[in-house]
Amino acid sequence: MEPRASRRRFLKSGAAVLGTAVAWREANGAAPPGAAEHEVPSDPSKALGVPLPDEGYGLRSQFETVVRQRYGKTSTPYSSWTFTPLQESVGVITPSGLHFERSHAGTAVIDPAKHFLYVHGMVREPRKYSMKDLKRFPSVSRLLFIECSGNTLTEWAKPTLPTVQGTHGLTSNSEWTGVPLATILREVGVDSGAKWVLAEGADGAAMTRSIPLDKAMKDCLLAYGQNGEAIRPEQGYPLRLVVPGFEGNMNIKWLRRLQIADAPFMTREETSKYTDLLPSGKARQFTFEMEAKSVITAPSGGMHLERGFHEITGLAWSGRGAIRRVEVSVDGGRSWRSAALEQPVLALCHTRFRLPWQWNGGEAVLQSRCIDETGYVQPSIAQLVAVRGLNGPTGSVYHLNGIQSWKVAADGAVTNLHA
Amino acid sequence: MHNALWLLLAVSGLALAQDGGRYGFGSVATAQELSPFVSPLPDGRGLPPGSGSVQAGKELYATQCLACHGAKLEGGQGDRLIGGRGSLAGSDPAKAPIKTVESYWPYATTLFDYIKRAMPLTTPGSLSNDQVYALCAYILSEAKIIPESATLDARSLAAVKMPNRDGFVADPRPEKFPTP
Repeated sequence: MEPRASRRRFLKSGAAVLGTAVAWREANGAAPPGAAEHEVPSDPSKALGVPLPDEGYGLRSQFETVVRQRYGKTSTPYSSWTFTPLQESVGVITPSGLHFERSHAGTAVIDPAKHFLYVHGMVREPRKYSMKDLKRFPSVSRLLFIECSGNTLTEWAKPTLPTVQGTHGLTSNSEWTGVPLATILREVGVDSGAKWVLAEGADGAAMTRSIPLDKAMKDCLLAYGQNGEAIRPEQGYPLRLVVPGFEGNMNIKWLRRLQIADAPFMTREETSKYTDLLPSGKARQFTFEMEAKSVITAPSGGMHLERGFHEITGLAWSGRGAIRRVEVSVDGGRSWRSAALEQPVLALCHTRFRLPWQWNGGEAVLQSRCIDETGYVQPSIAQLVAVRGLNGPTGSVYHLNGIQSWKVAADGAVTNLHA
Repeated sequence: MHNALWLLLAVSGLALAQDGGRYGFGSVATAQELSPFVSPLPDGRGLPPGSGSVQAGKELYATQCLACHGAKLEGGQGDRLIGGRGSLAGSDPAKAPIKTVESYWPYATTLFDYIKRAMPLTTPGSLSNDQVYALCAYILSEAKIIPESATLDARSLAAVKMPNRDGFVADPRPEKFPTP
């Protein structure tokens, strides 16, 4: 059997959600990605384990099968996206190897010794920084989510993708380490009259976005670290811009250039893409902030519940600050209860919520809605559609932060629902 | 003693101020190092010298673009480039708006910028400035925005008025939704 095809069938069957290592091995003839195959003794306390290597890089257990999945409908794997498996997530950190990907010309391969960041345009003096130079500046670390503004885009008109990985898997949360962009902008001396910073990647798409100078000075990072080590290649190794709370695509990966100007550059990605077309035919432009959003990650689509106790858990986040409250409904929004928030609750960071629930076998519709520190309440999908319209099957495409519903059937099957 | 200390503090403070608080890492980026980077602004500042005709663009398109964008610029693996005027308004989930260079892109400078940096997909950055001007001219001519006889350069490209130039509005969010 051709392994790739069989893997695709396996993933499509939905078995991945409840998948076992045995199923993975039978389908692929190999250990899951990120794991190595070891012989399994019948009693680990009666045998020697695997010897400690003199040098090594840790792998996960051969019994763990959870993987990112690429959206199958893009015309090329070079401009495409992969989803974080939120249904299996615990805590608030996304493992670097499971952080969602969105790239426009594949994953660039870059030797950090040959990589430079150029800063030019409306500056006192154009400068060039090697990775070594950048690491000499005082650094900061911040726990921040990055969400693609296209996250959930399939769900405007009707429930479409079966699992939370497909509906919400374009958000991930990491500890990012690097130099505040403000440090570098002060270093080069920005001219008066400057208002925008163009950020450009060194990938084949030379991905560019214009960032407001105010935002650049406020909290942007030139990040070289992710979760305690170097940024992964698919996240922009060796250097990415992190623009906290703003659209994912503005967090330019493989960052090579910053050009300061008095106007936005109106690049392809901020005009023809990542703008929000309204029913009137006009499009909103520069919709930077990712607004408050939450989703129940378990129980979620594709799972099968047994009667009895379940912890309802999920993630909430807001590009405008910290999450103040998350409410959960098990009756399709007729009544709501406050969920417990895992501490610390940080601004611009995934927040884990939990609510104990006894499922006695009746039909249920699970929903979560969050309120952020500005008082913004996560709307229903219908409320968003009323403003943004349904212009085509993917509606207004970007910035769908509506309430997600999961239907629990009497037999315990959990499915995606518009309620 | 106290005077000497104050003098020392004053001098070191002056040194920091003169330096603009700089760490001084990195080096000056030379004009030569910056020369490969092209990022035009919508008013045409930053467009490089050069020019290209619709006819030259037509020939280039056949070899460089057609495989992905189609013989009639109708799209394929790459985006559809022309058509779709009048299709943007609506709220029909069964009928998608047709967003193309012709119907949706507000600035012609964006076309130059994107082709120059990111196209063709498999050999990005391989086209000369003249070739990129020519491709812009061909696409804009097929879109009936400029005449077939046109030749584009920095000045004339920036002067092109795109059909959807006024099609964008500022972000009005955050929106207040009543709590259901």
